[in-house]
Amino acid sequence: MKSTRELIQEKQSNKNIGSIMEKVIPIVLLMTAIISVLTTIGIVITLLVETVTFFQRVSIVEFFTSTEWYPFYEADPSYGVLSLIAGTLLITAIAMVVAIPIGLGAALYLSEYATEKVRRRVKPILEVLAGIPTIVYGFFALTFVTPLIKNLFLSDLSIFNALSGGIVVGIMIIPMVASLSEDAMRAVPNHIREGAFAMGATRLEVALKVVLPGALSGVVASFVLAISRAIGETMIVAVAAGSTPKFTADPTESIQTMTAYIVQVSLGDAGYGSTIYYSIYAVGMTLFVFTLLMNLLSQYISRKFREEY
Amino acid sequence: MSSIDKQLIQRKMGKRTFQNKLLKAIFFMCIIFSILVLGALIIRVVSQGITHLDWNFLTSFASRFPEEAGFKAAVVGSLWLMVIVAPVSVFLGVGTAIYLEEYAKDNRFTRFIQMNISNLAGVPSVVFGLLGLTFFVRLMEMGRSIMAGGLTLSLLILPIIVVAAQEAIRSVPNDQYEASFAMGASKWQTIRRIVLPSAIPGILTGSILALSRAIGETAPLLMIGALTFIAYLPENVWDGFTVMPIQIFNWTGRPQEEFHFVAASGIMILLFLLIIMNSVAIYIRNKFSKRY
Repeated sequence: MKSTRELIQEKQSNKNIGSIMEKVIPIVLLMTAIISVLTTIGIVITLLVETVTFFQRVSIVEFFTSTEWYPFYEADPSYGVLSLIAGTLLITAIAMVVAIPIGLGAALYLSEYATEKVRRRVKPILEVLAGIPTIVYGFFALTFVTPLIKNLFLSDLSIFNALSGGIVVGIMIIPMVASLSEDAMRAVPNHIREGAFAMGATRLEVALKVVLPGALSGVVASFVLAISRAIGETMIVAVAAGSTPKFTADPTESIQTMTAYIVQVSLGDAGYGSTIYYSIYAVGMTLFVFTLLMNLLSQYISRKFREEY
Repeated sequence: MSSIDKQLIQRKMGKRTFQNKLLKAIFFMCIIFSILVLGALIIRVVSQGITHLDWNFLTSFASRFPEEAGFKAAVVGSLWLMVIVAPVSVFLGVGTAIYLEEYAKDNRFTRFIQMNISNLAGVPSVVFGLLGLTFFVRLMEMGRSIMAGGLTLSLLILPIIVVAAQEAIRSVPNDQYEASFAMGASKWQTIRRIVLPSAIPGILTGSILALSRAIGETAPLLMIGALTFIAYLPENVWDGFTVMPIQIFNWTGRPQEEFHFVAASGIMILLFLLIIMNSVAIYIRNKFSKRY
């Protein structure tokens, strides 16, 4: 049998361990939180340092104004990022033509027309679509969509082309647009809809003239985020859109995006320290700035123009 | 005499109700389109992949000949990668979430961390690959190893886990905290014994979904130089490796059509694994999540 004194002492020593834990744990947790900040700093520093090295060898003016991108042409390599940017924007534009109307339509249906039962069935399907790895979409674009378009519509389509790459990037983004837009629409309170119904509006009029304007900030933010995703998408375009940088707006041709170029170099044997090696950081920096601006814009839109209910 | 002229209303409403029906059908087609695409994708992959899918495919290494090509090194490589990614990303993610939800004061620094995390979620995965290549492979001299790839992917999926864990922690109701504090429990005791147990289903679901994203990720691992052709199994985390998506990428990129069939078989294995992981996540979410 322990005496009271012993019991108190035991408690005391337990308490000491406990109070040390109380002080140590927050510090450990803070350090884990700081890792995410360090990651961002790491990305920025990495890109900056290697990009500066690149611009010591290649003129920054040439990089941003020339439309010729022939880094592998050894006698006279030229680095004009505009043709990679053109390829990226072409893919993005095609993807948006697919993703925005279909995503928005799906969101309107799910939010305004669908019964609870349909919603419960459809949402998991969209989640599955969103969870498919991009390499699988790339395979689908190259071996299914391209032959399909070639056989049905455009017989002179090249094997690698911006069109099917862009379409499949768009398909990949549909779930994101649909689910973010639908969230925004469902945040519009029901009494506003009922007010409109009471005035004799049809469901369509409620959806387009009441719900959509009310949810506009969230919907537009989801579009901008979708653009950012399309710009950063890598494997689909690396597999299906080709590797011939071209300053063109013709979707039937083979092009190259910024991301696909980075992948192409990392597959090849460009040695550490070569100009080609540094060029992927300059391209990566351009890509990073593009997507960061889009993400910030999306956050700004959803914060500034939100309707408070 | 009725005060409501039904015919008049019908005439005036006709166009509007027709528009409503038409657009409803069009919106519905958008959903049908998504389902059709998913169906086409699955049918395509299965019809091409089934021809090559057998036990040999799982137990042999990659080969120059399509009929001999196997998936073994890639499957094992993906599992090895998870050995690094799962503990690192879950520890960092949950730690960050607990800090932000329980300890952080509402000041500029906290808002900065929060904004930083949502921006990290939008950084393209190739850019994470560039970070991994410079920092882990070259600066820390890890080489093109499982360790370097695993740490890169951990950082990539970190934001997903943080957000999921934050939501799970936030959904624990306040009276539970107060009851625990009233019993004399300290802050950490409350977090460890009250908050975490009720938040665990949400955290697990989010983590599994994030890990399934990591398994399907190709670009960052290509950047850090995961190999596409290896004929041995990695023995520890410092070995070179390949993973399923990279092997599929390699096969897809070859001109011979036979290799496309091999790629389809690989995709079947990859999708099968992802379906299992997602089902587990959904099961946990439905089974264990408490409603307060």
